[in-house]
Amino acid sequence: MKKITALTLACVMALGLFLSGCAMEDPQSTGGSGAPDSSNSSGTGEKRELNVCSWGEYIDPSLEQKFEEATGIEVNYTTVPSNEELYAQLELGGVDYDVIVPSDYMIARLIEEDRLQPLDYSLIPNYEKIDDQYKNLSFDPNNEYTVPYTWGTLGIIYNTTMVEEPITSWEVMFSDQYAGNVMLIDNSRDAFGMALYCLGYDVNTTNEDEIRQAYELVADAKARGVYAGQGMDEVFQIMEQGNLAIATYYAGDFLTMHEANPDLAFVIPEEGSNWFVDAMCILKDAENVEEAHEWINFIASTESNLANMDFIWYASPNAEALEQYPAWYEEQYGEPLDMELYEIMAAPSEVLDRCTMYENLPAETLALYNDLWIELGI
Amino acid sequence: MRNKLSWLAAPYVLWMALVVIVPIFLVIFYAFTTANSVELAEMEGGLRGLFSMFTLENFARMGTYTVIFTRSFQLALVATVICFLIGYPLAYVMSREGPGFQRTAMVLLMLPMWVNFLLRTYAWMSILENNGILNNFFEAIGLFSLINAVFGTDIQYFHMIRTQGAVVLGMVYNYLPFMVLPIYSVIVKLDHSLLEAARDLGASTAGVFRKVIFPLSLPGVLSGVTMVFVPSVSTFAISRMMGGNNQMLLGNLIENQFLGGAYNPHLGSAIALVMMIIVVACMWIMNRFGEGEERAVML
Repeated sequence: MKKITALTLACVMALGLFLSGCAMEDPQSTGGSGAPDSSNSSGTGEKRELNVCSWGEYIDPSLEQKFEEATGIEVNYTTVPSNEELYAQLELGGVDYDVIVPSDYMIARLIEEDRLQPLDYSLIPNYEKIDDQYKNLSFDPNNEYTVPYTWGTLGIIYNTTMVEEPITSWEVMFSDQYAGNVMLIDNSRDAFGMALYCLGYDVNTTNEDEIRQAYELVADAKARGVYAGQGMDEVFQIMEQGNLAIATYYAGDFLTMHEANPDLAFVIPEEGSNWFVDAMCILKDAENVEEAHEWINFIASTESNLANMDFIWYASPNAEALEQYPAWYEEQYGEPLDMELYEIMAAPSEVLDRCTMYENLPAETLALYNDLWIELGI
Repeated sequence: MRNKLSWLAAPYVLWMALVVIVPIFLVIFYAFTTANSVELAEMEGGLRGLFSMFTLENFARMGTYTVIFTRSFQLALVATVICFLIGYPLAYVMSREGPGFQRTAMVLLMLPMWVNFLLRTYAWMSILENNGILNNFFEAIGLFSLINAVFGTDIQYFHMIRTQGAVVLGMVYNYLPFMVLPIYSVIVKLDHSLLEAARDLGASTAGVFRKVIFPLSLPGVLSGVTMVFVPSVSTFAISRMMGGNNQMLLGNLIENQFLGGAYNPHLGSAIALVMMIIVVACMWIMNRFGEGEERAVML
């Protein structure tokens, strides 16, 4: 934090302590929020540890154990629900993650704000196995900071028993046809994003007029009662139990829902959609840099990618793993993999061609998104 | 006379300082600055920089959120009134019964609180969903076919989840014990000789209640109202899970400033501060009603 702010905060804190009539050392330590604890990590080499932060249910837990057995490094694995919450934690301080796994647009923002450190790819030989398609992407054009972890798509999930015909277009999210039976995704980027696709605009547009048109499309549909509600994690229960007919969500999570309710179907609308990459990065102020590289290399291996893909249903960027998965699945479970589901997990190139990646938007545009989002909630 | 054991309070005072007073000052600091003004002050430096850092910009935007403020306070008020209407008779009956009944009632009241708050709310979602337990039950007993036959409608389920009613239900369900307990603990300790005296002086049962019991139980009511109203006003989980997040409440609005797309703790703090001030004002006005009695405990 910057000097004046720090000074003022210190004054404010000192004042607070003074008012309550007691003395106290080191007021700086008040910002902690359940961060993994690593008091002394550098030097002595008696106990090696690593602090990893990722999404919930986003890794095969046995990998952690395997890594600990292989290297003797103790992994403190913490989860955070969203990119935005991760950012808030980093901004507020009090956490000491080494490796984080944010999504593309957030990585761009973190690089821009100089919060990540360049990786030493000589320590990550498994990086070679990552498909070129997932290297040098817009968020990290020279691929200096990241090793892709998973990738996936956003699409429409619908209950085939509750709709009249297969859904192919984003228009269904804004039409009266299934009014009151549609769930709106509860974050501004995805919600306005689908409206931008529907209108045929660039999803990364900074043109205020286009964004406002997208807002109008969503707000108008909301006013007409198209949406039963807005939600993220709630979508699982709602779709699995057949409470609503249509929702927008991510391909990997669709596969989880599909396991519970085979009536569900997933489509990437014809207008195109978002495809995203989550990638591993090391924070600039990481304390366990060497261990972090070992972890990234371990996770990037074909074996780890296969286990992970099977557990979380998000596609692997490791070319070998992605190719081997159907055979691996058959060997593991004694039955062939449903190729239709495989293609939902790992969208084929003709589908991916109509998908775009979110880019980090300038601060004004983010503020506009936020203002419009709140306006939608009023 | 000064209490010699006052040093025993030191850990608590220290705790309060760390987790209440310091954060409140931080909220105030953030509320009166913006990311830009801090940066500007950085550049100017010195005393002038310090002065130019503070701004009312965040509060100027508050007008936009009037609807959200009104909605939050309305829903919280409705939930508090319902809690009172259910909670007071319950507390009264409990306190009049024998110790065995009191113990059992207390356990029943506390039992749900041993289960995590989010899990309980998730359970309510399963109950109220379109295809949930309650609707399936109505379906099974043939309620919908009966209604459809009588009124010629085509109802397949009752729309219960993702409504404001569901939000109020969530608040009442989660915070009812906080209304019952303080009222109960005040009534159960009422001096019986007072009630007997009222009887002796010719008051009817209703008169005893109206003139003696109710006024004496007011401190408990005020505590209960505070303990239900305050968390109801600031909740964000209940409105998200039960209300389908269709209409923002204050809690959602504040959460959005911290965890939404645009990270703006300054605006979030300003909204939180305004909310705190309104709540404190409400509590202060309420406490005026209890004048002469023991005050409800705030904070």
